[in-house]
Amino acid sequence: MSGPSLMDSLFQRTLEDLIKGLRQQLIGEQAFISKALEEIRKEIKSTDLSTKSTALLKLCYLSNLHFHDMSFAAFHALEVLSSPRFSHKKIAYHAISLSFHDSTPVLLLITNHLRKDLTSTNEFEVSLSLQCLSRIANVDLARDLTPEVFTLLSSNKLYVRKRAVAVVLRVFEKYPDSVRVCFKRLVENLENYDPQILSAVVGVFSELACKDPRSYLPLAPEFYKILVDSKSNWISIKVLKIFAKLAPLEPRLANRVVEPICYLMRKTGAKSLLFECVRTVVTSFSEYESAVRLAVGKIREFMVDEDPNLKYLGLHALSIVASKHLWVVSENKEVVIKSLSDPDPNIKIESLRLVMAMVSEHNVAEISKVLVNYALKSDPLFCNEILGSILSTCSRNVYEIIVDFDWYVSLLGEMSRIPHCQMGEEIENQLVDIGLRVKDVRLELVRVARDLLIDPALLGNSFLHRVLSAAAWVSGEYVEFSRNPLELMEALLQPRTSLLPPSIMAIYIQSAFKVLVFCLHTCFVRGGSTAGVSASASYESFDDLSVENGAGSTVAHGQTCTSAPITNESIVNLLKLVELALSPLLGSHDVEVQERARNLLGFVDLIKLEALNSSGQEENDSEQKGVEATKIIRMVHDAFSKELGPVSLSAQGKVPVPDGLTLNENLGDLETICSDIELPSSNTFSFGYPSEEKDVSSFSNLQIKEDSGQSNESTSLLVEHRKRHGLYYLPSGKSEVISNDYPPANDPALQGDNNDTASDLVKLTAESLVPKRKPNHSKPRPVVVKLDEADEKPVAVKHPESRDDSLSGAVLDILFGSEDILPTSSRSNLPSSNRKGKEKQHMITQVESKENVVGDGNSSSRRRKDHSHGKERRHRKKNAEERNETDRKEKESSSNHPRRQKSRQRAEEPLKVPPQTSVIPDFLL
Amino acid sequence: MGIRFILMVNKQGQTRLAQYYEWLTLEERRALEGEIVRKCLARNEQQCSFVEHRNYKIVYRRYASLFFLVGVDNDENELAILEFIHLLVETMDRHFGNVCELDIMFHLEKAHFMLEEMVMNGSIVETSKANILSPIQLMDKAS
Repeated sequence: MSGPSLMDSLFQRTLEDLIKGLRQQLIGEQAFISKALEEIRKEIKSTDLSTKSTALLKLCYLSNLHFHDMSFAAFHALEVLSSPRFSHKKIAYHAISLSFHDSTPVLLLITNHLRKDLTSTNEFEVSLSLQCLSRIANVDLARDLTPEVFTLLSSNKLYVRKRAVAVVLRVFEKYPDSVRVCFKRLVENLENYDPQILSAVVGVFSELACKDPRSYLPLAPEFYKILVDSKSNWISIKVLKIFAKLAPLEPRLANRVVEPICYLMRKTGAKSLLFECVRTVVTSFSEYESAVRLAVGKIREFMVDEDPNLKYLGLHALSIVASKHLWVVSENKEVVIKSLSDPDPNIKIESLRLVMAMVSEHNVAEISKVLVNYALKSDPLFCNEILGSILSTCSRNVYEIIVDFDWYVSLLGEMSRIPHCQMGEEIENQLVDIGLRVKDVRLELVRVARDLLIDPALLGNSFLHRVLSAAAWVSGEYVEFSRNPLELMEALLQPRTSLLPPSIMAIYIQSAFKVLVFCLHTCFVRGGSTAGVSASASYESFDDLSVENGAGSTVAHGQTCTSAPITNESIVNLLKLVELALSPLLGSHDVEVQERARNLLGFVDLIKLEALNSSGQEENDSEQKGVEATKIIRMVHDAFSKELGPVSLSAQGKVPVPDGLTLNENLGDLETICSDIELPSSNTFSFGYPSEEKDVSSFSNLQIKEDSGQSNESTSLLVEHRKRHGLYYLPSGKSEVISNDYPPANDPALQGDNNDTASDLVKLTAESLVPKRKPNHSKPRPVVVKLDEADEKPVAVKHPESRDDSLSGAVLDILFGSEDILPTSSRSNLPSSNRKGKEKQHMITQVESKENVVGDGNSSSRRRKDHSHGKERRHRKKNAEERNETDRKEKESSSNHPRRQKSRQRAEEPLKVPPQTSVIPDFLL
Repeated sequence: MGIRFILMVNKQGQTRLAQYYEWLTLEERRALEGEIVRKCLARNEQQCSFVEHRNYKIVYRRYASLFFLVGVDNDENELAILEFIHLLVETMDRHFGNVCELDIMFHLEKAHFMLEEMVMNGSIVETSKANILSPIQLMDKAS
């Protein structure tokens, strides 16, 4: 089948037929479409342009609405484009705008078609090709067609000119050098009084100013004029957007503009313009008190409006203000909190953001409480939104706003029990992180962890597994704070743990190991002789050791562990329990689980004989045998009792390189030696799975000790190491002593009734700005270990993109080049004006040469226009200077002068060519 | 860029018009339209017309059975876009006379042409109904 026959062309289906067929088809949409596509593929090869264009039109339809690839028709579209008939051209341009992109192979073939149509006398053809160019232009097209666009920028047909203006944005973006040619004409259009043109030009400038506002500062007077004179809301909105970008760069400009904006805000009836005024004021004019007050009044009107759109925007604007003027939020807190139960989820999220903005260290507990109650009542999505924002707000800056960590830890526990909670991972990280950083909270942390572990229902919720893993780790690591280690052991080994994923299972087993060692140590090492040694007594014995190793985990022991006497009998039961629970895991498919289970069971086997003996016989007989066991227990316990701390990310960098060590030496031969040895990856400082890291160290410690046969060797080594390299250790903070006069975390007095939560929250946030301290915050905040470098987020230094650079560079060249025509600018210092003069000359010749190419031939008249334009500007400048003079008189000169100085400094810094900035003020005054 | 795309979608979630101002592949388009339609059509009349999606905003409005969805940059003025949607509907109303979904289906290229008159390069260039429609009327007369 080569081409379609005449019959095919005669009876070709039109687009309308296709659509009708598509609606009435009986064979299924996909089948119908593929049949239609087959027809189109045939028809599009036709030599008859009508048939071809109809096929192309149908293809566009299918591509646009049914996602069918039309790239195969790219060349056919070009063929249709060459048709002399306008209706064909229209279809071709439509197809090309829809389907062409930067990597379309035939893109380059279109250049001449476009050029021909851009210079056509038919304004609609010109418009079509401009439209197309604005969609598909790439570097080559932009470069090759710049002269044509330049000509059209001053076309006397408004219809064409506004399109040419709009297309310039894409051309600039793709080919920044075109700025040198076109920019001046673009600026000239800024002074056009036709609203169509103005709207297009202002649109272009607002996009350009978004990317690099500084380059457009010199045009401020023009924008100012438009702002004051504009009748069209659309144009005003765009100009306001430009000023929102320009004002922060130049305080004097802000001074001038703030008044008209306020005027506009009071006068306008259009909500869109009103909102834009409000947004401009709150983003860029936040230091102008009266303007902000006015804007806040309007925001309030928005927020209490029935229309959800206005309500949303009001809240949105409020959240912009919140960063600089928190009082605004607390002034409007009733509305904000009411919106927390709005039917619209978007509004709820906005108001949640605002509530979180009000949180301070004085009210964090109360606000969180109320929010958690909201979370309980909300749908899962919003519930997690709330929990997520509480978590991120509280952990900000290493728990900056948390004073009462006991409360916070129990809040974390409470949050993980909320049915919809899916924030397991974040809660896990925070539980472990707080454990590492805040010594004083460990007692409470262990209690919270125990409550979580002991509840078998929680194991069924897969979202909670991460929390449970943290709870298991915490209770293993800080088991000495536990009231009842035996109970913990049971919780860690309960049958339902089989529901856990293997990685967390492994953490459970490792924690069980730690707890077991602790129990054994308590029972045998110190108090093996007395049958019922209380944990508290044993703790004191442990303390003797811990003082030595400087771990400094000194806590008021008498209170921590009171119940749960650990007897030999209970130890025996414990060992049995471990064997019972873990023997099935020896066959686990997960390596990690299997290995840990084996470790623990191996240890139990080692101990069991001794333990059983000592429990079965009188203590006198067991002494000789018990010695061995005691030694082992003590060694393992020592290994576990070394405190883990957060490690600074840059710690490694602080280690000085010893003399004679060449780090760059090739270690290739070492690799052959170690090829079969897997190196432990102990260089990770993750807080998430510290137990693994600990494992490595603990077992290596064990190794050392067994070699030397001295039980305290490892700890003494550590002490020595710490003495020598104290720099790399975190302060152990021995001096801190936990104060036990904390009120219970969930103070019944605070609980109150949660029925009227909204009014509660209102009341509570009312106190957010009152500086008085709450009674329960009167005690000192516990020390939170911080690492200076690691905890500070690296501040990314922003470099402007290179493309923008070239664009803005070109824009600046043009603007300042043209300024050199004016005699006033000779104020700027000599070398720079020389340089710029040269640039200017260069530019003029460039422009002229372009003009020659274009052949419009009236360069002299254009030059004259430039000149008069310059004059006009100078005149206006004079006016402005006079006005400013009076302004200045009104103000105290003392306040004005420093600001002027400062602004100039600020303006000069980021620019590569400082003298240019000194010209800017001339425009503005 | 301002406006990134304009979609018209019916109640069943079928796209009736799609105009993008940045290049997306067919697959990206299909995914994007699916996500947006799911997000916006689930919302009711009492909820606001703005939805945050990825790193931009969608401003939408429903007219009879048709949803008009406009994807815009975050700093675009939402209310102005709502006005723009209304203007678009009014313009089509004037041209087709009581415009409905079928008009747009059967005159898709005309609807595209109208949009092209109003928006170029993602920024609105024409807001006068007469100006938007005059070229179309001329072309109708010519053919």
